[in-house]
Amino acid sequence: MASAAQVSERARRQDIANRWLLSTPALFILFVAAIGPLFVMLLFSFLVKGDHGDVKYWQFSTQAWFNVFFQTDIFDDTITTIADAHVSIIWRSVKLSLITTALTLIIGFPTAYFISIQPPKWRDLLVFLVTIPFWTNILIRTFAIQQVINNEGVINTLLKWSGLTTSPVQIMYTDTAIFIGMFYVYLPLMVLPLYASMEKIDFRLVEAGYDLYANRFQVLRRVIIPLVKPGIIAGSILVFIPSLGAFVAPSLLGGGKNLMLATLIDLQFGKGANWPLGAALSITLLVIVMVVLLFYVRNASRSGGASAH
Amino acid sequence: MSLLKSAIDVRGVSRIFTGAGGGAFKALDDVSVSIRENEFFTLLGPSGCGKTTLLRLIAGFDFPTDGSIFLYGEDIARLPPFKRPVNTVFQNYALFPHMTVGQNIGFGLEMLGKPKTEIAARVDEMLRLVQMVELKDRKTSQISGGQQQRVALARALAPKPKVLLLDEPLSALDYKLRKDMQIELKRLQAETGITFIFVTHDQEEALTMSDRIAVMNKGNILQVGGPRDIYERPAERFVANFIGETNFLKGVARPSSNDKLRVDLAAGGSLYLDPVEGVASSGDVTVIVRPENASLVSAKAGDITGTVENIVYFGTDTHLHMRLKDGAGFLLRKQNISGSALGIEMGQVAGIAFAKGAACLIKD
Repeated sequence: MASAAQVSERARRQDIANRWLLSTPALFILFVAAIGPLFVMLLFSFLVKGDHGDVKYWQFSTQAWFNVFFQTDIFDDTITTIADAHVSIIWRSVKLSLITTALTLIIGFPTAYFISIQPPKWRDLLVFLVTIPFWTNILIRTFAIQQVINNEGVINTLLKWSGLTTSPVQIMYTDTAIFIGMFYVYLPLMVLPLYASMEKIDFRLVEAGYDLYANRFQVLRRVIIPLVKPGIIAGSILVFIPSLGAFVAPSLLGGGKNLMLATLIDLQFGKGANWPLGAALSITLLVIVMVVLLFYVRNASRSGGASAH
Repeated sequence: MSLLKSAIDVRGVSRIFTGAGGGAFKALDDVSVSIRENEFFTLLGPSGCGKTTLLRLIAGFDFPTDGSIFLYGEDIARLPPFKRPVNTVFQNYALFPHMTVGQNIGFGLEMLGKPKTEIAARVDEMLRLVQMVELKDRKTSQISGGQQQRVALARALAPKPKVLLLDEPLSALDYKLRKDMQIELKRLQAETGITFIFVTHDQEEALTMSDRIAVMNKGNILQVGGPRDIYERPAERFVANFIGETNFLKGVARPSSNDKLRVDLAAGGSLYLDPVEGVASSGDVTVIVRPENASLVSAKAGDITGTVENIVYFGTDTHLHMRLKDGAGFLLRKQNISGSALGIEMGQVAGIAFAKGAACLIKD
C-alpha cells in the first residue's frame, strides 16, 4: 500500500513538473513580451528625460507624472494649473471610445440578431462576410474611409450632385471622422461575440416570454438582453479597449489637431522627445482601461450573474 | 354533450409548411375538435402527426394556414401569444436561466402589470401548490429536473390561464418521477379547475391521465373519446395498433340472425359480432382482440386454436406467442398468480377463448 501511494505521489509530482516545462515557452513570451515591457515603461515614467529623447538612467524624478495632470506657467514657475491639453485629450479619448462602443452595440445588436435567426447555411455565410474586413490591413481600410469622407470623397460628391449642398461638408480632420473610422474598424469585434451568445439562445425561452404576456419590447429587455449579456460584455470590452488606444484612425482621419491618447503618447516618444511623459501617459491609459473594465465587469456580473456563468 | 361548454373550438384548421424547395407539407389537414371546459384533454399520436403543431397554433407560436380557433367563442387564431389567456408548459421547461424560481413564477403576472403585493402572494401560493416553497430563491440551474418541471407548471398556472397547454412535459423525466408527476398533474388539474390540453406520444400516459383523448396521425384526428372508448372500441386499425397491443384476425362476414354478423375467421372458427358503423357487413373484414381478453382453454373448447411458439415471462403476466392455422401470429396475455403453474409448454396446441364482447370489427 505504502509503495503504491509513493508511486502515485511521484507520478503526480512528475506530472506537475511536466506541466511547468510545457508552459515554459508561453510563460517566457508572456514575461518578456508583455509584462516586462510594462515594467520598463513604469520605470521610465519615474526617470528624468534625456536632452534629445531617451532618459537619464538612474536619475529619478516625478516630474513626468506631475506633467500628466499639471502644467507650469512658462514665465513664472510658481504658477501651476491643470494641464488642460492633456485632460481634454484624455476626455476626448474616453468620450469617443464610449460613443464608438455604444454605437457599435446599437448597430451590432440587431445585425447579430438578424444573423442568428437565419437558417444555418445563411448564418455561416453572413458571419464569413462580417469577417471579410479583417483580411485587409487596418491602414488600408482607414485610407479607404478617407476616400469616402474627404472633401472630394464619395459622400461630398453625392451631396453636391444631389444639390443638397454647394460647398463640401467638412468631415475629415474632425472628431466625427475619428469616430467613423473607429466605428467601421471595430464593428465586427462587436458583432462576432454578440452573435456567438445569441446563437446559443434557446428560442423556446423567447416563446416562453411571449407566452407569459411579454410583448416584443419586454421580451427583448427581460429575456434576450439578459441572455446575451456575456456577449454584450465581451463585445464592449473588445471595442472599448482598442478604441481608447486607437492610433491609426486619429492619426489619419483626425489630422494633427484632434489628438487622442495614443497619438499624444506617440508625440512624446517622437517629436516631443519626452520619454518619461510618454511612459507616464501610457501607464495612465492602462489604468483608465483597467478601472473602466473593473467597473463594467463588476456592474454587469451583479445584475446578470447567471447568464454570465 | 351540448350542455358542456367548450373552452377551445378548433374549426377546419389546416397548417401547411412550404419547404425551401417549394414542396408543401400538410402538418394539419382540416382538423376540427372541441375541448370542453375543465377537462383533461390529450392529443396523442406518433411524432410528426401534427399534435405539437396544433398545440402551437392554440398557444399562438404559429398561425393556421386556414381555419379558426375559438377560445370561449372568441377567434384567437390570429392573435399574438401575449394576447391569449393561454399558457404553456414546454417540453424542456424553458425556464429563464437568469431568474430565480420565484421570479420565473412571477414573470407572467409582472408582464400583465399586476401590483407587486399581488404577485408576491400569488407566487407563494403557487410555490405551495407545487410544494417548492423552500426553493423560491434558487436559480433554475440549481434544481433537479423534477423540480424544474414543477416550476414550469407553477409559472404557467400563476397567471390563471383559461387553458393550460402541456407539450410532452414528462418526457424528460425518468420512469418513477414520471409516474409521480402524472398523479401530480391530475391533482393540479382538479385543484385549479383549469382546462388542460396535454400532448404526448405515450399511450399509457394518455390512458391514465385523460378525460378524453384525440388520436392523431398524419395531420388528422382519427378518433376522439374517453380512454375506455379509445382502448376498447378503436375506430380504425391505426388507433388499435397505436394504443396497446392488439391481435388482428382476418375473416369473411355475412349477415346472420338477431342483427349480428357471422364472421368466418381465416384461422378457423366463427364469431357472431355486432355490426360496426363504417364497416362492410359482408365480405373481407378485420376483427380485433386485445391480448388480455383471450384465455387458454382445451383445444376443442376455444374460439380458435393455435400452437404455442414462445413463452415470455413479464412479472405481472406471461406473454404467449401463438401461431394460428392461417399462419397469423396471436399474442395472449395470462396474468401470473404466485404458486400456480402455467400449464402449457412450447409446441403444444391449445384453444384460445375470447372474453364476452372482446372481439369486435374494425375499419381497416
